[in-house]
Amino acid sequence: MDQKELRELESQCIQEHAPPCTAACPLHVDVRGVLAALVDESFDAARQILVKRLPFPGIIGRICEQPCRGVCNRKDAGEALEIAALERACATFGALASPTRRIPARGKRVAVIGGGLSGAMTALQLTRKAHSVTLFEATERLGGVLWSTPEELLPREVLVAELELALRDVDVRLQHPVAAMDLKTLRTEYDAIYLGVGRSAAGDFDALLVKVDPVTLATPEAGIFAGGRAIAETSSFIGSLGSGHRAAISIDRYLQKASLTASRENEGAYATRLFTSLEGVTPAPAAIPANPALGYTRTEAVAEARRCIQCECMECVKVCSYLQHFGSYPKQYLRQIYNNLSIVMGERHFNILINSCSLCGLCGEVCPEGLNMAPVCRDARQLMVAQKRMPPSAHDFALRDMAFSNSPLAALARQAPGAQRCDYVFFPGCQLDASAPEHVVQVYDHLRKTLPNVGLLLRCCGAPADWAGRHDLFEESIAGFRADYVALGGGTVILACSTCYQMFKTHLPDVPVISLWEIFDAHGLPEHPSLPTPLALAIHDPCTTRYERDVQDSARSVLHTLGCEIEELPFNRERTECCSYGGLMWLANRTLAETVVRRRIAEHPADYVTYCAMCRDFFADQGKPALHLLDLFYERDLPTRATRPSPRFSQRHDNRAWLKRSLLANIWEETMSEAHVAAIPLHLSEIAATRIDRRLILEEDIRKVIGYVESTGNCFRNPDNGHFLAYYKPANVTYWVEYSSAEDGYTIHNAYSHRMEIVVQPKAQEASV
Amino acid sequence: MSMPSPTTAVPWICSRCGAPLTLGKIEIAYLGSAFPVELWHCRDCGLVLIPEDLALGRMVEVEKMLEDK
Ligand code: SF4
Ligand code: SF4
Ligand SMILES: [Zn+2]
Repeated sequence: MDQKELRELESQCIQEHAPPCTAACPLHVDVRGVLAALVDESFDAARQILVKRLPFPGIIGRICEQPCRGVCNRKDAGEALEIAALERACATFGALASPTRRIPARGKRVAVIGGGLSGAMTALQLTRKAHSVTLFEATERLGGVLWSTPEELLPREVLVAELELALRDVDVRLQHPVAAMDLKTLRTEYDAIYLGVGRSAAGDFDALLVKVDPVTLATPEAGIFAGGRAIAETSSFIGSLGSGHRAAISIDRYLQKASLTASRENEGAYATRLFTSLEGVTPAPAAIPANPALGYTRTEAVAEARRCIQCECMECVKVCSYLQHFGSYPKQYLRQIYNNLSIVMGERHFNILINSCSLCGLCGEVCPEGLNMAPVCRDARQLMVAQKRMPPSAHDFALRDMAFSNSPLAALARQAPGAQRCDYVFFPGCQLDASAPEHVVQVYDHLRKTLPNVGLLLRCCGAPADWAGRHDLFEESIAGFRADYVALGGGTVILACSTCYQMFKTHLPDVPVISLWEIFDAHGLPEHPSLPTPLALAIHDPCTTRYERDVQDSARSVLHTLGCEIEELPFNRERTECCSYGGLMWLANRTLAETVVRRRIAEHPADYVTYCAMCRDFFADQGKPALHLLDLFYERDLPTRATRPSPRFSQRHDNRAWLKRSLLANIWEETMSEAHVAAIPLHLSEIAATRIDRRLILEEDIRKVIGYVESTGNCFRNPDNGHFLAYYKPANVTYWVEYSSAEDGYTIHNAYSHRMEIVVQPKAQEASV
Repeated sequence: MSMPSPTTAVPWICSRCGAPLTLGKIEIAYLGSAFPVELWHCRDCGLVLIPEDLALGRMVEVEKMLEDK
């Protein structure tokens, strides 16, 4: 990802865009922030936020035309917010901020002609920027057209007090009319001039006013700017303030010799791109003041402010525990990922952010702008690997698991016995092999009865390597598949795992594939016991089927034919959630993975049924009764089967190896030539086995440690209980095992591991010992 | 980087040498960084003991830190 790609991706996330109210306000008042402060009953804070943008809250709060209100999202859930009335409440109940320390004057002098709203606004903004401002007003009072409002609406003492306060640093000259002919002289005394004259006085300045630039408010005469009602297409109070504000920006830039035109998009009112869902928002009408003339009381204002839905997007964060986990949203995450990838020296705090994503793509589905974090995280991982910056521990275990599946111990490619070619190749996938090997045997029997020339291919599709950013290993895995596939003579690949399905479709587009469920649906179901009725199950679509309607439909159709009552989860089909296996989240961030599973299993009270072995195993491990679709065909005691925990990692290896051995023996009448690791019998208590499994230590690792001790004698001994403690480092991880000898092997009491290396190794045993 | 020094004696002796263990600075390393750590080891053959709490505690933290460097 380069800067440009980052910018493009960042621009897709609209979370930081202004809410509609703020965007529609020519002054961009932070309405959302003001209302949030009111909800907290902090009228002072609310007022402070308000006056950052709106200097005359008492006046405007009574008379504003409220372009914000017209677009307030609340209008579709009751009624738009009474924004002006709330601003008035801020002015009434909020304390005045203590005057900010003045910055030293910068020596520039500006003349403002006209003491109406736009002139007052320009004058105020320029004094805030430390320019010296003189305001010339033709009449004997400030406020211009404000004096034509009804007095009940805008009490005159409010009008006068607020303007006087705002302009206390301005040199105000009342009853001081300026005519067009005076400009030349004024221009010699002042560095810039603002014409904020009303409609009545406009005629005099016509020559200048007809050619005002709508963006900069510059007149053709350098240093002279104009705004206010005299040039407005439609006149409004808030519009006048807006042009006063715009003019002040221009004049300040002019005085600093900066560009008048650079980046002024979205300066006035505009339509925001921010999306805000109204889901879950209960419609509510506006609060009505008990005494309309007095406006809202404090209590009424707070009640009204509570109706603000605090517009924001967060659509993706709402549905994704991963995006929630890191406390922000994609716009920020993209920047963090980008920075993380660019660091040369120093800590990469966001490695964990990159490695925790399940790559499931739900964010892309729910995002109103289609921003999908999955490819971003996947590409980032590839880059980390290329930079040699991928933490070695992040994916190691899964990659070794994959290597095992593709090793001679577990991998197998055969044509159907007696066949000369393959019309079909059954590819169950390494995790079904690991979780339910006996079902693989049964399905293969069924397929050979139903379809002609069905070959068998046991191996891993390579997904772990793809998820780990290991392009090299992924290519190797794909090449291994291709070699087997070609040797089998091609054919349509029947896939039981949706991750395999996704990998094949993405990376092997030339290989024809079909899901096992479509085969069942089209060619008939395997023989099966009749199901207990009624059997209601909530179906979980594996996240890799997100856009595979046909696969999802066929799974439902199979369930339907079985007589199952299907309950739909609130997040299903293209909005389905990952079980935490995806992207190796389960390995890279185990705390988060548990949150993800718990969230998913809480979505429906019914037992779940799914068509991915990993989803089932993860759900069951967190206590949710869950069945694999195949369980309905091949298991009789469904309640027990549904609560079956996931086989331990060692067992998963053994299951794959068993599957290969037994298929070879029973179908092809071959014995395995590859010797299984000479198995030293190990005895583990349930507790020890579970603990060691959680620590990602396999029985084969333990056997290597003991084998090492057998050949070197290097170990510790506890004279009190006769236990041994030894370590061995077969590759990157050092394994420690505490064990004792048993009659027919070893009893394993404990095992742990680390990655740091012990630099000094024990002296070799002397020959004489 | 600092690792906690072992505070209590361990029940282990070197099985090969039959010798009790002594405490001393032993070098451990990861991803190109090496650190001396106070560890029990056999004073005769040098076999080093990394206790479980160290391996699963401070060591994991240091590993993670070095992996993110
Ligand atoms: S609900 Fe609140 S944030 Fe949203 S548009 Fe209305 S006032 Fe603004
Ligand atoms: S859904 Fe997420 S990524 Fe998309 S715009 Fe909203 S916050 Fe940003
Ligand atoms: Zn020794």
